[in-house]
Amino acid sequence: MDDFLVIDHVSKSFGAQRAVDDVSLTVAQGEAFSLLGPSGCGKTTLLRMIAGFERPDAGRILVSGQDITALPPERRPVNTVFQNYALFPHLSVWDNVAFGLRMSHRPREEIRSSVDRMLELVRLSEHARKRPAQLSGGQRQRVAIARALVNRPQVLLLDEPLAALDLKLRQHMLMELNTIHEQVGTTFIYVTHDQGEAMSLSDRIAVMNAGKVEQVDSPVHLYETPRSSFVASFIGDANFFTGVAVEFQHEGYVRVLVDGLGSPLVMSHGVIAPNQTLRLMVRPEKISLTLARPSSGERVNAFRGIVEDMVYFGSHTRYRIRAGEHRIQAQLQRSRFSGGEIDPAKGAEVWMSFHPDEGRVVRLEAAA
Amino acid sequence: MSAAARPATRQWLITLPSLAWLGVFFVIPAILVIVTAFRPADLQGGVGPGWTLATLREVQDPAYLPILWRTLWLSGATTLICLALALPMTFQMARAGQRLRQVLLLLVVIPFLSNFLIRIFAWKSLLHPEGPLTKLLITLHLIPEDAVLLHHVGTVLLVLVYTQLPFAILPLYAAAEKFDFGLLDAARDLGAGPWRAFAQVFIPGLRRGLISAAVMVFVCCLGQYVIPQMVGGASDEMLGSKIAQRVFSDRNLPHASALAGGLMLAVLVPMLVMVLWQQFGRKEER
Repeated sequence: MDDFLVIDHVSKSFGAQRAVDDVSLTVAQGEAFSLLGPSGCGKTTLLRMIAGFERPDAGRILVSGQDITALPPERRPVNTVFQNYALFPHLSVWDNVAFGLRMSHRPREEIRSSVDRMLELVRLSEHARKRPAQLSGGQRQRVAIARALVNRPQVLLLDEPLAALDLKLRQHMLMELNTIHEQVGTTFIYVTHDQGEAMSLSDRIAVMNAGKVEQVDSPVHLYETPRSSFVASFIGDANFFTGVAVEFQHEGYVRVLVDGLGSPLVMSHGVIAPNQTLRLMVRPEKISLTLARPSSGERVNAFRGIVEDMVYFGSHTRYRIRAGEHRIQAQLQRSRFSGGEIDPAKGAEVWMSFHPDEGRVVRLEAAA
Repeated sequence: MSAAARPATRQWLITLPSLAWLGVFFVIPAILVIVTAFRPADLQGGVGPGWTLATLREVQDPAYLPILWRTLWLSGATTLICLALALPMTFQMARAGQRLRQVLLLLVVIPFLSNFLIRIFAWKSLLHPEGPLTKLLITLHLIPEDAVLLHHVGTVLLVLVYTQLPFAILPLYAAAEKFDFGLLDAARDLGAGPWRAFAQVFIPGLRRGLISAAVMVFVCCLGQYVIPQMVGGASDEMLGSKIAQRVFSDRNLPHASALAGGLMLAVLVPMLVMVLWQQFGRKEER
């Protein structure tokens, strides 16, 4: 059940370029799973290997126990919603949706009822006779989804499903996709470079970078406990500090010395050797700003800085604060002025503080 | 109102030169040809005064029927063979890399650099009983020693296909270049094997290119008379041969005009019907 779709040590190179580098993943049946990463991270190549358009150089791909690595795309229990939808322009909406069933020589009656039912699901019944060119972007996408889902694939692949839509429609289709996923219960694999999209669509996300999977986790875990600075900065914003572990405390806390900040205490993940150089990460919205030094106790990580710049976003205000040679991003909501917090002006001297649980040790990357 | 009318006016102005060209060099001569068919011939090879329907009666000579039939089937067969050869060719060309694509395109166009008659003559030497191709095939025992490759209706077809193939490839290539090959991935993804994807998605996607290629090849074939004369036998004449004969040997312009006009109508009327049917069909869709 848990290993319904298995990507087993899959690699793929194009010339000298290692597009997918020894990736292993498992996806559960019915799960909504995202491959997230910047362009060129290998997510699309991985998707094309699952669909059967590319053959892996090494490794295996299994769907519900069946090795599909060597199967051509037309014989895989997998269907794809393409980024540009790839609807057949010479066929009507109805015939587009019927295409897959006709290819598998289903009885005429079954084709008719399946296509009608699927068009109803994506609310396009009244457009059945139109050509794709006569539809709006959102409608075209629903045709693409219907055309894939009508074949009852075991896995539905969606390549940047919302990228071609404008912002308003994107938010609408986001809900729609979640609804469709709930209704059909098929395993959905999204490929996207948009972290917001991945967060709101998926049960779990695999963050990819340079052909490798950096971290596979639920959206909450990825955001709250990123394991690498790449993941931390790709999903949301983050402040990074480099320091040296100086003291280990109970329950996985470690005290880290950062030049120019004193010694913030942060939570540690994994085994850290004494005197090891570490990377620390704090999300901007986890930092509180006060005029006076916060009383020690609850918030032990506190340091002083000068407000360099501020940008008002409506829902929140973003501050850039200088502390020594560090530039720190902090984010405040106006409703949080109570409780000793302030509304600092440019050039003001403020105290920044955050709870030890809000600071994370992330993997130090060679490039960083 | 005037702002909306202006671009339309400008479009008319832009097309005016080509319309004038078409009018002077195509429409008016075509009308003249048809008009000439109703004039009596004079003995000097010109057109006499007055009007007559006698030529039209002459043209209905049943002896023309087999020639007309041969012209139509040779043209039809050439069109089908050219399309069948050009489709996979353009498929590969459109998928090839930029450099290879340009080389292939150049190779398609290169035959045009040498004179049409010389190319036909080259075929004549190639297929001549003492020619290199015939000798090679006999040496390889692929054909019997007494085989005659020239002066055969098949030879006419072969050379017709050879000369018309570029006219099929170029419009098809123009269409194939614009084809979204992602659609073939989509077809494969939905369960179509490579051949079915080709037949059910690629070919319909090239519909416009196919129509222009077919019209181009078919119409060019209809008027051919040099090829049957040079590589064909005495019984392989096409209607073009007869028209040429009426003009050059018999010096009977009205008779030649009646044949040419008849051929022209035989092509234009079905095409007109097809265009109207398409317009009508498209309205039905909406």
